[in-house]
Amino acid sequence: MTFIERLKERVGISASGLEKRKTVTFGDAAAVADGRFWSMMSVLTLAMAWYVGSALGWVNPIFWPSPASVWDQFISISGEGYRNFSLWEHVWASLYRILVGFSLGCLIGIPLGFAMGLSKVVRGCFDPIVEFFRPIPPLAFIPLVIIWSGIGERSKILLLFFAALWIMVIAARAGVGSVKLSKIHAAYSLGASKKQILWHVILPNSLPEIFTGMRVAMGVCWGTVVAAELVAAESGVGYMIMVASKFLSTDIVVLGVIIVGLIGYGIDILMRKLEAKLIPWKGKA
Amino acid sequence: MSELVVNNVSMIFDTPDGGTVEALRDLSFNLKQGELLSILGPSGCGKSTLLNIIAGFLAPTAGTVHMDSRELHGPGADRGMVFQQGALFEWLSVAENIGFGLTMQGRPKHEIRQTVNHLLETVGLRDFGNKAVYELSGGMQQRVALARCLANDPDIILMDEPLGALDALTREKMQGLVLKLWKETGKTIILITHSVEEALFLGEKLFVMAPRPGRIHKEYSLPFAEAGLTQDPREIRASTAFVEKREEILSMIWEMEEQIMGTAEV
Ligand SMILES: Nc1ncnc2c1ncn2[C@@H]1O[C@H](COP(=O)(O)OP(=O)(O)O)[C@@H](O)[C@H]1O
Ligand SMILES: [Mg+2]
Repeated sequence: MTFIERLKERVGISASGLEKRKTVTFGDAAAVADGRFWSMMSVLTLAMAWYVGSALGWVNPIFWPSPASVWDQFISISGEGYRNFSLWEHVWASLYRILVGFSLGCLIGIPLGFAMGLSKVVRGCFDPIVEFFRPIPPLAFIPLVIIWSGIGERSKILLLFFAALWIMVIAARAGVGSVKLSKIHAAYSLGASKKQILWHVILPNSLPEIFTGMRVAMGVCWGTVVAAELVAAESGVGYMIMVASKFLSTDIVVLGVIIVGLIGYGIDILMRKLEAKLIPWKGKA
Repeated sequence: MSELVVNNVSMIFDTPDGGTVEALRDLSFNLKQGELLSILGPSGCGKSTLLNIIAGFLAPTAGTVHMDSRELHGPGADRGMVFQQGALFEWLSVAENIGFGLTMQGRPKHEIRQTVNHLLETVGLRDFGNKAVYELSGGMQQRVALARCLANDPDIILMDEPLGALDALTREKMQGLVLKLWKETGKTIILITHSVEEALFLGEKLFVMAPRPGRIHKEYSLPFAEAGLTQDPREIRASTAFVEKREEILSMIWEMEEQIMGTAEV
């Protein structure tokens, strides 16, 4: 047994028996899926490099701060706040915008996508609109929403609504399209009405696609809100980063970036957990 | 007592290249309550089309389908369907799948539970009611599909290659189950298959269909299904009468296939 194998066993992340016995791993995705050991190693190495590099003064702290100063800023900002708002208020401001914009996008987008999947007329009418707006990056609308409603909450929420809307429309439309005709036929032969088929067959059948859409939309919204706050805002994580950069407070900028990354990652994990819980049949049909 | 009457049914499809396919030409037959009909034929001879017309998912270009004196338009709970696979609802448990029809009709909960439990027993899935359907094997899933169809107490059960995706052993077991259900429920059953053995074993009546245009090429009345209720199925399959019929039909279908290949080459 190699040193690495022993180490893996020590921390309890040894590969399963089957994976260990495989002689062909190059090209077998399952055989290389478990890279937890290397994930730990890479994170540890990066952290070490950061720590050692700044301790030895390899980079000017204006360009890249030391871990200690980022940590100090984290402590001080969570306590005293930054620019009238505490750290948590900045985070919450960003999250709140996403939640509202994303929810509105789902609320309008999912029914619209369903209607497009179920009716030739609706599909025909909305197809060109959806196909036109879909490829436009939401950030391209920032100037427009600022003209319409300034730099307050409304403009951000409008922007995020827009970002989520098309993704959800397309996800819901794809969800309707994915239902096997034999399921629909079976439901009719079991005496279900159109309305019942919508609620009891088409809707649950499309949940996997809708959930995938939600995950994508959440990611896009998070990216969009931070970018929008960088352009114009009075609070939020993006705003914090933008102001700090004007004062060359690189430690706060980096702190903000780390927070953005962690929250984005957290949202995705949360969505995956939710998906596994709510749609256990996904991929098993 | 209800009788299915298929009267001069024709079906012509438009194809994407602007041509037409005559999937069925002038097909007529009657099926009395409790009869078991199997339909056999090379692929593309219109078997599924016929079943979809009877089920009400397709309107024939000519002809009618009646249940007694009532002309059929569109699907209904009086005709149950069993598909090859993938027609179960993965988001529902086995029991909820079986009770789906009754739930949709708003029947009382205790009645649904009673029917479902009875059917779970009938199809040999007594302890599987709370399982998810995707946890079951292919054969068990088809048992659920049969039970779901029976729960509605339809007049007639339409099956489109219901056992086609199963391995040979499971398939034989399921054939036994179909016979058992046929006997116990007295339902009219139409079963499409591409297996000659299955068609012989599961058909009181057997239609061999021919393609281009799709039509009934030959009709048989067979003793094997009836015998299968009491005798060992393996003995029946090995009997001279069975083997003779099988060879006769096999060479008939081979001939058709050769003709298809011949015309395709031209
Ligand atoms: N929706 C359709 N549009 C055009 N042609 C069709 C359609 N459905 C079936 N067909 C054609 O009708 C013929 C009979 O098809 P089908 O009933 O599926 O045959 P089988 O079930 O016996 O294999 C085939 O030639 C098929 O290509
Ligand atoms: Mg077919």
